[in-house]
Amino acid sequence: MRNVLTIVGKEMRSYFVSPVAYVVLTGFLLLGGWFFFNLLSRFNLLLSLYTQFQGQGGAGAADQLNLNDFVIAPLMNNLSIILVILVPMITMRAFAEEKKGGTYELLLTSPLRTGEIVLGKFVASVLFICIMIGLTAIYPLLLWWFGNPEVGVMVSGYVGLLMMATAFVAVGLFTSSVTENQIIAAVSGLVAMLLLYIIGWPAQGAGDILGPILKYLSVTDHFNELVKGVIDTRALVYFASLIGLALFLTMRSVESLRWR
Amino acid sequence: MIEVQHLTKRYGDLTAVSDISFNVNSGQILGFLGPNGSGKTTTMRIITGFMPATSGTVKVDGFDIFNDSFEVRKRIGYLPETPPLYTDMTVTSYLRFVARIKGLPKAEIGDALDRALSRCGLTDVANRLTGQLSKGFRQRVGLAQAIIHNPSILILDEPTAGLDPQQIIDIRALIKELAGSHTVVLSTHILPEVAQVCEKVVIIRSGQVVLEDSMVNLTQGQSLEDVFLRAISQEDGQVSDVSREQRDKEEPGEQRELEETEG
Repeated sequence: MRNVLTIVGKEMRSYFVSPVAYVVLTGFLLLGGWFFFNLLSRFNLLLSLYTQFQGQGGAGAADQLNLNDFVIAPLMNNLSIILVILVPMITMRAFAEEKKGGTYELLLTSPLRTGEIVLGKFVASVLFICIMIGLTAIYPLLLWWFGNPEVGVMVSGYVGLLMMATAFVAVGLFTSSVTENQIIAAVSGLVAMLLLYIIGWPAQGAGDILGPILKYLSVTDHFNELVKGVIDTRALVYFASLIGLALFLTMRSVESLRWR
Repeated sequence: MIEVQHLTKRYGDLTAVSDISFNVNSGQILGFLGPNGSGKTTTMRIITGFMPATSGTVKVDGFDIFNDSFEVRKRIGYLPETPPLYTDMTVTSYLRFVARIKGLPKAEIGDALDRALSRCGLTDVANRLTGQLSKGFRQRVGLAQAIIHNPSILILDEPTAGLDPQQIIDIRALIKELAGSHTVVLSTHILPEVAQVCEKVVIIRSGQVVLEDSMVNLTQGQSLEDVFLRAISQEDGQVSDVSREQRDKEEPGEQRELEETEG
């Protein structure tokens, strides 16, 4: 446990003493802010149109508008796509940089267990992602302050975003562990995450057997359930098994270098 | 203390180390010599548990490197060919990190850190980033990293590479000081260094041990240079001129390939 914390500390320090953390955080907040601004101004426009319409006799039109469906849900979806792009950038250095810089020899010849190394790096990256996603909480807070969104749905949406990001981190760590080239780690991580994101697309036309399988394999479906406010154990089990599988593969990959 | 038995390591078709055996007794300093690409680094990486052998065993302090890797790693301090530095850390924070992952109790880290800093002459650069240090200082941080947890066995891969003469003398003095309480395996190209520091010499060539003897026996009436040159050209003397020419053609390629796999 102490070893895990030592590695977490070292990883967090290296995020924040290098410009990486600040560039990624700034980029994420900039894009997130832009999306939020646009969604909100579109909501504003719709609201004024609907109110006009209501004034002309179309009763109840404005009631269909709510902040959850028109601002928060699309915002979550947009953020999830940025995560697909940014998470590989965060995880790419985890193992690849150590291999290139020769510090891998230090780690692997120290009395550390493989699990401790992998877990330490995983926890550090997840903490970083939590900070990143946590900072975007300002947007829902603004909505809550000035409007009346459903808080439960917002929380569940954030749970979805965090679960998805955590799964992506695990996948990114795995791709970083198989190469010493950071570009390869980032690109293969991006491809793997994007594939998980879109693998469900042909589900509707894929028949009775393959269809549901593709649908289940895709992160999008489980994520969308959570964004809608449905906390389903199936989604939780899905994310937990994805994280478990990716971390297991990472451990095997680190060990394989030692005993190949 | 260290027993290497019939160690063989193959990278695909290339045999980097083939059937080498030697022993190092407790408290001894072993000079591990050989031309470039002869398998020194590979052997050291196997002893430290960084990579597995294709066949053969290594026992360190009675523990098998394959089955009790964890116990072996607790007892070893290792300076790889390139010092394993995190370039975005200061010397102090880097050494603290190493002390922690080597399993040093929290209360002892402060003392261990001070000792390692002063022993390796790093006190003045303690708060500099390791990435900004010159090659000699990096090498010394690498050495500090290897000795910080006071391991009983030290594996040093070219510890004096890139140092200036004064630093070389300091490091040699340090290694001599460590002898007795520590078992040291040291690889180098600098023969006078071996003559001054080591008690025992193992010379390998193309992955095979060509000589294993104590320093005293070797240098009776001859210089270490002569011994070394004779040892590494031994087989060349026995083969015909034709095959020597072939070897000359083949060897550069072989060496380059080996260095690539090692790097």
